[in-house]
Amino acid sequence: MVSQKESDMGKIAITCQSPDLDAQMDSRFGRCAGFLIVDPDTMKFEYLENGQAQVMAQGAGIQAAETVARSGAKTVLTGYVGPKAFAALSGAGIQIGQNVENVTARQAVELFKAGKVEISSAPNSSGHAGGGGGRRGGGRI
Amino acid sequence: MKLAVASGKGGTGKTTVSASLVSVWKDPVIAVDLDVEEPNLHLFLHPEITGRRIAGLEVPQLDASKCTYCGKCSELCQFKAISLMGEVVLTFPEMCHGCGGCIAICPEKALSPGVRELGEMEWGSAGKAGFLMGRLRVGEAMSPPLMRQVKEKLGKMTAEKNADAIIDAPPGVSCPAVNAVMDADFILLVTEPTPFGTYDLQLAHEAFQPLSIPMAVVVNRAGMGNDAVYDYCRSAGLEIFAEIPYERSIAEAYSQGRVIAETSLEMGKLFADLAEKIRSAVPESLYIMAAIKEVRHA
Repeated sequence: MVSQKESDMGKIAITCQSPDLDAQMDSRFGRCAGFLIVDPDTMKFEYLENGQAQVMAQGAGIQAAETVARSGAKTVLTGYVGPKAFAALSGAGIQIGQNVENVTARQAVELFKAGKVEISSAPNSSGHAGGGGGRRGGGRI
Repeated sequence: MKLAVASGKGGTGKTTVSASLVSVWKDPVIAVDLDVEEPNLHLFLHPEITGRRIAGLEVPQLDASKCTYCGKCSELCQFKAISLMGEVVLTFPEMCHGCGGCIAICPEKALSPGVRELGEMEWGSAGKAGFLMGRLRVGEAMSPPLMRQVKEKLGKMTAEKNADAIIDAPPGVSCPAVNAVMDADFILLVTEPTPFGTYDLQLAHEAFQPLSIPMAVVVNRAGMGNDAVYDYCRSAGLEIFAEIPYERSIAEAYSQGRVIAETSLEMGKLFADLAEKIRSAVPESLYIMAAIKEVRHA
């Protein structure tokens, strides 16, 4: 566990289903509905749509990582991050708190401030690269 | 002419039919396995391989010292294979489709062509027929770029020998399947009289219809299952060119890697008749026109 000092915290991006701090967060990273970019000191936030990434056949995680990087957030709190999104976020120097699920965005920030979110060093999802394959199998002996 | 042997459902007998057609084909012919994810035509044709080449895809390589982080490459890429994260450019070679756009657009010439290995191609001969196959690298997700290279090689081989081509296509109705049949002169859909066979035949028929390539059906394992596949063909106006009976002797020959058309006079005649029907369904003028078009494109 990495304990966070208030002073060096920076903005936090939280994957969310709606622009509401008290709504359930979205456990998906690449294909979440949007991001709440929260200032943990004041709890003021802005909402960023993730629509552009959601419609991509592939590369949603990387697209979402670009959105987060542009927002200036230094930390992401989410459920699952695939390998490419992980590489992209790490490349941008953004720290990643995974396995944050079944809580509201506000609770996620509280957990993070209390040092209860583990900062990950590896992706926890194998991702969904490639999109809809389509061998219609059967009968190959 | 180029004949594509395709199907919706896997395991209906594409390779069985392809190998048999190659064996009875009267004119010079190249047998090509475009099911690059799981090629198996060679198991029946037992070709002598005379050439082999690794197929690669051009992917961007970054010289970070020249990059000014303008982001043009990342904006251009539809597949997020190159991404600008602040002052770091990340490349994801496995996502790249090899269009070369990023390399062309980079104002600083910081990107140069690198290679991602797609798989390999092998060619040679099987009896009097020519033989060509692609084999996708294990772990590679995209088969169409490799298939394009195999088809390019096929074009050279058919032109050299003034030969026809019989394509063993991959199953399904997604990009690889469409890619295998899209420039054929005729598509032969192999199915079986089962609910799965019927359903997937319908999918394949619907998927390939916009290509405006004539199609006909071979019903394999005729005698098993039900009549739904015949009903579908009737209602869709799909002619059934041949029925291969559901017989143990055929399954046994298959399991021994034998070409079905060579197992009995009866089977030989069945496939010779099938070949003749396909030939007469494609007027010669049509595929000569197609060949001329191809030459112009090349």
